[in-house]
Amino acid sequence: MRLDPLRQLILAKLRELAREPEALFWIFVFPVLLALALGVAFRSAAPEPLPVAVEDGPEGAAIVAALEASRDLRPEVVPHGEAAERLRTGKVALVVVPGESWTYWFDPTRPDSRLARLAVDDALQRSAGRTDPVATVDRTLTERGSRYIDFLIPGLVGMNLMGTGMWGIGFYIVNARSKRLLKRLVATPMRRWQYLLAQIGGRLVFLVLEVGALVGFASLAFGVPLRGSIAALAAMCALGGMTFAGLGLLVASRARTIEGVSGLMNLVMLPMWILSGIFFSTSRFPDVVQPLVQALPLTAVIDGLRAVMLDGAGIAAVADEMMIAGAWCALSFLLALARFRWS
Amino acid sequence: MNGIAIRCRGVVKRYDAVVAVDGLDLEVAAGECFGLLGPNGAGKTTTVEILEGLIAPDAGSVELLGCTWRRDGRSLRERLGIQLQETQLAEKLSVVETIRLFRSFYRRGRTADEVLALVGLEEKRNAWVRKLSGGQRQRLSLACALVSDPEVLFLDEPTSGLDPQSRRRVWDVVEASRARGGTVMLTTHYMEEAARLCDRVAIVDHGRVIALGRPAELVASLGAEHVVEFAAAAPVDLASLRRIEGVRDVVEDGGSVRLTVAEVHRAVPALLSALDRAGIDLLRLATHHATLEDVFVALTGRHLREE
Repeated sequence: MRLDPLRQLILAKLRELAREPEALFWIFVFPVLLALALGVAFRSAAPEPLPVAVEDGPEGAAIVAALEASRDLRPEVVPHGEAAERLRTGKVALVVVPGESWTYWFDPTRPDSRLARLAVDDALQRSAGRTDPVATVDRTLTERGSRYIDFLIPGLVGMNLMGTGMWGIGFYIVNARSKRLLKRLVATPMRRWQYLLAQIGGRLVFLVLEVGALVGFASLAFGVPLRGSIAALAAMCALGGMTFAGLGLLVASRARTIEGVSGLMNLVMLPMWILSGIFFSTSRFPDVVQPLVQALPLTAVIDGLRAVMLDGAGIAAVADEMMIAGAWCALSFLLALARFRWS
Repeated sequence: MNGIAIRCRGVVKRYDAVVAVDGLDLEVAAGECFGLLGPNGAGKTTTVEILEGLIAPDAGSVELLGCTWRRDGRSLRERLGIQLQETQLAEKLSVVETIRLFRSFYRRGRTADEVLALVGLEEKRNAWVRKLSGGQRQRLSLACALVSDPEVLFLDEPTSGLDPQSRRRVWDVVEASRARGGTVMLTTHYMEEAARLCDRVAIVDHGRVIALGRPAELVASLGAEHVVEFAAAAPVDLASLRRIEGVRDVVEDGGSVRLTVAEVHRAVPALLSALDRAGIDLLRLATHHATLEDVFVALTGRHLREE
């Protein structure tokens, strides 16, 4: 078997990609910018005190004084008519209405509102003389690895593997097909599987750089940990990269125009953007859709990445995720090879 | 090498209701330069791509260098050089990178430098394909067909839309390849190109061969060496023109009339006096040596390059 054609095909792909400034932006700069923006937006800061309103009345000032004793609350007196408006628009978490018995007016579907209900009641009961029968002590913990940014980075790595894998291969192939370059290639003795394999090989080379850039940035800027081994991370990323390269090949296997393949790409990727837990945990979806969610390749890749990066899992511990991704990879590559339109 | 390089029998290709190739037979000897000539849509490209093993025919057989695509496809590819019509090579690879890529697919062949010299692109060696002119791109495409040092070279419309310098380069390459004993099959709709390069041509129309032979023989088959073409201010009685001595054929084509004649110096005075007698003013008069174009017009009543 002569491997020089494979080497030349991979080189050609890498050269073309490296000479495309727009592609480099989407592969390297965009994920880092996204991580930076989301990391700053969701940074873990000291919890803000909850704003609560006390309706103006004879006891108003006394209630505010009682609430101010709690570090978790920021009370203010509000004229009678305005309280409802403030609660409805989310400016306050709860309204205390003085009267015969004090009324807590709040929205139980809002977590901050429910929290305010507990804190306000606690503060008011204490100031009225309640004593706790059991003595308790608070001990707080904010750990690296359990913040939102730690959860987010493996999700972004997975999203990037999917996006660059599918676009990078889908556009490249459909472009070559529409320019009749694929037909020209099969007019030579080139082996067709080598062309398809070179697409995947070219992806793997770039993947090292793009994952390195994102994980390195996250580590330097936010201190996101890598608890597992680099080998396990590399294995998971390589498998993820190959899986989406295979899917990219499959999606691009018949399309003749860039417009056609763009539509198909979005159709395939949209469910995974939503369901695969890039930005929030997949456990939020109801049980009915869980089998679908767990079968998606991006879910498997992201779960595997999170296990390796955050829980320090080894390769054996993410075997299930690797099996799911590997099955998608093998199936899509073989199906693409069978269906591929060369002219 | 003696023998038959390309042979096809009864080749048919249909696209839905359209018959692109309609029972085509061809035989090209090794070492021959053979031209497929015809207007756009005549089925030239489909024919060539069937011979190249890129399109499967609906019927008929194809044999190249004594091999068939079904049996010896891979080894056959090693021995061919193919240029397709309108292939756009990767824009962001350099000339030499593109040639090396194509060279890597073949077990043996020419070096990149040899091929660059053949097509005269040495100075553009490191330029990106995107920066090349149309003629330079076409020469690069030719270079990719030459890397295997092919026994049979297929060129589909190799000079279509080229500048004179690039066209001459392509001609040089074809002549050099033939001088080395290689077989060349090319398609073209330029008559002068076919007449100059090809040992034999097949004129193709509606997927069939309507004339086959050496260019000079085909022109001679008109039975006359010259064409007189004129336009008149009023309709002319064509039958009376046919009676002029030495006129072999009269065709009205658009606003002009074409006479195929043996001797211009006898036919033209007779034509002028006939028009004079009928009181018809002459708007335009031109004569030229008969060409393959005239053969096509005589056979089909149409021009080759109808837009």
